[in-house]
This record gives sequence, structure tokens and C-alpha cells, in this order.
Amino acid sequence: MSERSPQSIRAEALEALLIEKGFLKAEDVDDVIARYSERVGPLNGAQVVARAWTDKRFRDDLLRDGSAAVSPYQFEGGQVEKLVVVANTPAIHNVVVCTLCSCYPWALLGLPPKWYKDPEYRSRIVREPRKVISEMGFEVAAGKSIKVWDSSAEIRYLVLPEPPENLLQYDENELPGLVSRDGMIGVAER
Amino acid sequence: MTDQYPLNHELAPPQANGELVFDDPWQMRVFGLARTLCEQGCFSWDDFRSELILAIGRWQGALDRSPWSYFDHFLDALLQVLSDKQMINEEELASRLAEYINRSHGHDH
Repeated sequence: MSERSPQSIRAEALEALLIEKGFLKAEDVDDVIARYSERVGPLNGAQVVARAWTDKRFRDDLLRDGSAAVSPYQFEGGQVEKLVVVANTPAIHNVVVCTLCSCYPWALLGLPPKWYKDPEYRSRIVREPRKVISEMGFEVAAGKSIKVWDSSAEIRYLVLPEPPENLLQYDENELPGLVSRDGMIGVAER
Repeated sequence: MTDQYPLNHELAPPQANGELVFDDPWQMRVFGLARTLCEQGCFSWDDFRSELILAIGRWQGALDRSPWSYFDHFLDALLQVLSDKQMINEEELASRLAEYINRSHGHDH
């Protein structure tokens, strides 16, 4: 057994005491950690999407020149030299892959998920996108065509999902919370 | 989302490509503890941040500084807030620590 650091024992003792005293449950902490791991990375992209849903001019700018439209945000993480944003519509669903490696808009979506780098995803999403997306839990409506965008070192794609039908019922601050990383890759509705 | 974590703040935890970076699992755990307690209303994020500023300030002012470790200060700040709020006192933590340190080797989670 490797020697544990004093800090890790302190942290463990603290958590045990807090649980015993009823201040929190271990599951609450698990949930918070999961939320931050999942949300914080892709939050930059989600903010961009949410704004495009409510700001027509920004949406137009974003679709015309993604890099220029997001540059005022000064997102850290680089790798968005040439960002192309593709919008889902009632007729078209977009999905992104990098068949050569795993090019990905890091600054907007954080670290790529493991499956994005998987050879199976990279090859199958091109051949049978509808089936792969369905296996990932989202059924693209039968009448929609699916467009697959292949990223490269020069161009990174971001999917702009369709807004929810009841968009106006949401507070502006709630909108980024509706957008997931998978939605911006195109393997989820939004 | 309400009460977003102030990730653009100079006191924000280490990040790479927009994701939080943890060098060790206990750091993620402590981050989760602080955020959970804050979200449950045990203390405000400003309370915590003030303690974090003080903890980092103490480190900066020390003559024999340990190597920089954001989460060491984060944990110190959390313990201070919990002590101020009388949720945890030093004696009980010390006694629990002693118990864990002395438990037989081979114990692990």
C-alpha cells in the first residue's frame, strides 16, 4: 500500500465528521463533483449557444465567422484558430468527428470525451451516423438528414443545437444549463 | 444556473482547457465538500473566499514557503470557515486524524 499524504487523511477525516454530524451526505458531494466535471469544461460553449438562441445578430455573426464571433469572450485553452459553427435546423442535424485524430474545440468544450477519440466512433459516425447517435441515446427524427463534419487541425466545428420550443419561458441565466457537451458535438439533442 | 463558481477569478482553482485540474483525488473531494456545503447554505462563497485569500497570504508571507499547492490553501480555508461557523472544532478533527493515522496499515478505501 502506498503511503497516503497527510492532506488526503485530513480530507478524509473532515468528510467523515461532516457526514456524521449530518451536514452533508457523501452522495451530495459525488453529485457536485460530477456536475463540475461535466459542466465546467463545456460551459464556455454552452454560453455561446445560449446567446445565439436569444441574440439574432450574434447568431448570424457566429454562423458567418465563428472565430471572430467568439473572440471577444477571450476563452482560454486555445485551439480555436478557425471555428466553424453549424446550426441544427428542423431539416438538418449536424454531428462532428475527427476521423484523423481527435481535433476538438477545446476552448469551448473542455477536454474531449473518451469516446470522441475512440477509433470506433471516428469510423462509424461517418458510415452510419444515425445508428451511432441512436446508440448514444438520441434518436434523430426520421425526416431529418444528418450532416457529418470532419474536423482537422485547421478547422474545428461546433454544433449549434436548436433551442427548446419553450425558449421564452426560461430565464437567460438558465439557458446555458440546457446545453450539453454532447449536444455541441451533435450526439445529443442539445 | 445560479451561484456559478467564479472560475475567472484569480482565486479560481487550477484549470486546463476550461476543466478543473486535480493532482490528487483528495483535492477533488475537498472541492466537492466546499461547494456542497456552500450550496446547502452552510456558508457563503464570500466567507470561504475571504479565508482563502488569508490562507494564500499567509503562504506568501512565510519565510520558508512550502511548494505552491492551491488545494493545501483551499483545505486550510475550508477548515477555518467550518471552525468559525462552529461546525467542526479543531479537537475533534485532531482526534479523528490521530485515529486514522494510527489505524493498521493495510486499511484502504
